Amino acid sequence: MISQFFVLSQRGDNIVFRDYRSEVAKGSAEIFFRKVKFWKEDGQEEAPPVFNVDGVNYFHVKVVGLLFVATTRVNVSPSLVLELLQRIARVIKDYLGVLSEDSLRKNFVLVYELLDEVIDFGYVQTTSTEVLKSYVFNEPIVIDAARLQPLGPAAIFMQGTTKRMPGTAVTKSVVANEPGGRKREEIFVDIIEKISVTFSSSGIY
Amino acid sequence: MAPPAQSQRSQSPSQPSGKSEVSDLKHQLRQLAGSRAPGVDDSKRELFKKVISYMTIGIDVSSLFGEMVMCSATSDIVLKKMCYLYVGNYAKVNPDLALLTINFLQRDCHDEDPMIRGLALRSLCSLRVANLVEYLVGPLGSGLKDSNSYVRTVAVVGVLKLYHISASTCVDADFPSMLKHLMLNDSDTQIVANCLSALQEIWSAEASTSEEAAREREALISKPFIYYLLNRIKEFSEWAQCLVLELVTKYVPSDSSEIFDIMNLLEDRLQHANGAVVLATVKVFLQLTLSMTDVHQQVYERIKAPLLTLVSSGSPEQSYAVLSHLHLLVMRAPYVFSSDYKHFYCQYNEPSYVKRLKLEMLTAVANESNTYEIVTELCEYAANVDIPIARESIRAVGKIALQQYDVNAIVDRLLQFLEMEKDYVTAEALVLVKDLLRKYPQWSHDCIAVVGNISSKNVQEPKAKAALIWMLGEYSQDMQDAPYILESLVENWDEEHSAEVRLHLLTAVMKCFFKRPPETQSALGAALAAGIGDFHQDVHDRALFYYRILRYNVSVAERVVNPPKQAVSVFADTQSSEIKDRIFDEFNSLSVLYQKPSYMFTDKEHRGPLEFADELGNLSIGEAAHNVISSQRVEENDKDLLLTTAEKEETRGSSNNGSVYAVPYDSSTSVFASQTQIESAISNPTTAGHSQHASFGIDDLLGLGMPAVPDVASPPQLKLNTKAALDPNAFQQKWRQLPVALSQELSLSPQAVAALTVPQALLRHMQSHSIHCIASGGQSPNFKFFFFAQKYEEPSNYLVECIINTTSAKAQVKIKADNQSTSQAFSTLFELALSKFGTP
Repeated sequence: MISQFFVLSQRGDNIVFRDYRSEVAKGSAEIFFRKVKFWKEDGQEEAPPVFNVDGVNYFHVKVVGLLFVATTRVNVSPSLVLELLQRIARVIKDYLGVLSEDSLRKNFVLVYELLDEVIDFGYVQTTSTEVLKSYVFNEPIVIDAARLQPLGPAAIFMQGTTKRMPGTAVTKSVVANEPGGRKREEIFVDIIEKISVTFSSSGIY
Repeated sequence: MAPPAQSQRSQSPSQPSGKSEVSDLKHQLRQLAGSRAPGVDDSKRELFKKVISYMTIGIDVSSLFGEMVMCSATSDIVLKKMCYLYVGNYAKVNPDLALLTINFLQRDCHDEDPMIRGLALRSLCSLRVANLVEYLVGPLGSGLKDSNSYVRTVAVVGVLKLYHISASTCVDADFPSMLKHLMLNDSDTQIVANCLSALQEIWSAEASTSEEAAREREALISKPFIYYLLNRIKEFSEWAQCLVLELVTKYVPSDSSEIFDIMNLLEDRLQHANGAVVLATVKVFLQLTLSMTDVHQQVYERIKAPLLTLVSSGSPEQSYAVLSHLHLLVMRAPYVFSSDYKHFYCQYNEPSYVKRLKLEMLTAVANESNTYEIVTELCEYAANVDIPIARESIRAVGKIALQQYDVNAIVDRLLQFLEMEKDYVTAEALVLVKDLLRKYPQWSHDCIAVVGNISSKNVQEPKAKAALIWMLGEYSQDMQDAPYILESLVENWDEEHSAEVRLHLLTAVMKCFFKRPPETQSALGAALAAGIGDFHQDVHDRALFYYRILRYNVSVAERVVNPPKQAVSVFADTQSSEIKDRIFDEFNSLSVLYQKPSYMFTDKEHRGPLEFADELGNLSIGEAAHNVISSQRVEENDKDLLLTTAEKEETRGSSNNGSVYAVPYDSSTSVFASQTQIESAISNPTTAGHSQHASFGIDDLLGLGMPAVPDVASPPQLKLNTKAALDPNAFQQKWRQLPVALSQELSLSPQAVAALTVPQALLRHMQSHSIHCIASGGQSPNFKFFFFAQKYEEPSNYLVECIINTTSAKAQVKIKADNQSTSQAFSTLFELALSKFGTP
């Protein structure tokens, strides 16, 4: 059972905020942001995806630098909520083409429409892009993918996989059909290889 | 939605902050309200969007309520949706204005378009205004019967919303039974799932006051219903599957073939892409096979691969959740994962919370065969740029060393750390070497040689410095410079800020003095003088103590300060096994991540649906259960269960931090006393008085008041077994399965009320009547007990739930029995026993 869902920007601004059960006090987004920003517990510098402040459980996942957060007071399954947050991000991306602070701000009414159908009174209804289509009426305002700044050559050394330049195939909704109702039977596979190497400062490992 | 009151929050320059925008909007909305010009909907959309964006960033736009409602007369669904959103957000703070919206929402509930019917119904139920509930009943009733499944789905959740606004309205309108009907008959599985969620919430809340609701709630875990859900499991959405699976974990199958049927049916759920489904299935498998040791082990083997896949394939957040669960499993069955240790190697780009868990996993799976590899990997991390992780990995190496595997190689590694010349590495390694020496004194020679080379000036962290000083004191005979290093440390006494270090310094100088008096004497004098003058109370006291004991007798002082030490064999485990078992019972929940049972971090009203297990588990396991279980332990072949009960007795004293219910604090000796007392009372009535006397003494010491004399003379038609045995799990299962045979309210005598200051008083009294307590809890004036009794020479059980309120002097008693026909006789017996409580 989820009490609230919200999306925060890197600076902690509410981009989207939906309260489903009004069990959690309104200031939760700020409590959450402050806690994540200045996380100091158990000698760690990074907040874990789930933590509890005064009986409220905060779940968050980071997607393209945005914080997707859910709160609840109930002892729920953490993997369910974390999976759900990822899935919501994916659904929103399916509808908006590009997931970014800008596109969310421009399309927040559409996002609210989606959120209304994805969760009702804290219970998950559906996260299928296909099913949601019949419930959503707002037209997305498309942000041009080409306007995104290309990343510098140092980008490949940056931590995390979140700052990759989206190719056009990626930003297109997977489920969207070709115009004219013709279905192409194609599968796109991204192969990403990760290698962990430790170098000493002298270049020997 | 962001609250209106937050508008004073600092805003970024791009966000409008003021009232002028709002009044501007108000003006524009007014103009559009009456207009029927073409294209007006588009301008309305723009305005509505602005209103909602202000709402999101926290500007109070509730003053526009009237205008928004006026503009809502439209057929444009996008506009309607925005308007619903706005209304739902502000109705609660403006109940009067909310009345304005009822009209158009009710009208929309009869719209031709099912989409609009559903949306309007949802918004109507989301107003959360108590005095408008009368307008909800009609639309909800027709919504539940609507031909369109979307409307029904919305209506089912609407019923739950209504229940939260006004429970009585919801129950009076007979909505729960309508939901039950839908749940059993509707073809749309999302509706079934929503009914299930709603009914779980409603019946759990009602169960405390209504017999019927309690029965209905238990019917949810009955065989026919569980099978009904399981047979359709693949039709449910992945989220609803989680809901169903969670319910299945509470079902108690009657025999093992049923268990295998369920497991075979759910087998393929382990391959599901959704981690939540996989974990929920794992929980079902683990819970079902708890009592079947062999199969339980096979389950571990079976679930291993899917869980490991989830760890490496999902988002870091998901890996974190799954790893926490794996950690719990590894603690129960370390050997299962010992060959998969490579899955827990850290990758450079993982967030630190994942790395940390992986380090814990590596520590937990280390055994003879893989220690070398694991330690080699961990040593790589010691040079990690992420300093907290580097520290953690050194600690992990130390923990593995303390687990006694291949210590040889590890000690070498640790000593290499000391030579790495990185402050934090040296610091962590010093602490570890100290712990290692306490466990394996035989390594002192090798370690001391290296430690002796470390300059105390390079060690700054208090913990590490204290460890170094401890070693200097402890092994001063082996370290050439020990007295001089200590002396220089004493000279810098004033610069040492940590009291812990100063305390260690005092002790170390003392120890050194006993081993090498001539070299240390001056340092000792300086240390004692500095210590006595220290502003820290403990340091001052210890210095003074050392000074006085030295003056009294040096050889006594040596015996006190530097006695021969025994190697530490096991370092204390911080968490009791009882807590660990509670966490295991709450698999696939936050308890696993926090490593705390749910009662430590949730309020009572938010325990979630079907919280019976919590209820019972929360109460402390009664003393009677402890006694009787010991006799049947031998038969119990489940290793885990055995471990639990065997260790519970030692740990329960420390496990009640934060718990609502007090753990029984009396020592087990008093329990045994009363037990033998009953036995002797039966076998030899003349000595009974004597042994009772003894137990009274103990009771008085504990301040529990006088328990009643066991009335052996009363002639019951029903004879109870004085040494009845039932383990808590069996009790829970039975309690769920059996119907309530009898339910009544009994009055308590004033003496009884006076005697019932803590639950233990009644337990002992009832036990003397052969009615044993399995769990008890509560604080004055409300107490709750679960009792059980067994028929003499027959395996027929009686289970009792007894809630006592001492202010009203009433006891609510619910009796369940294996053999229903004798429950009345038992009830009389129970009543008799209770009535004697408090009378001397």
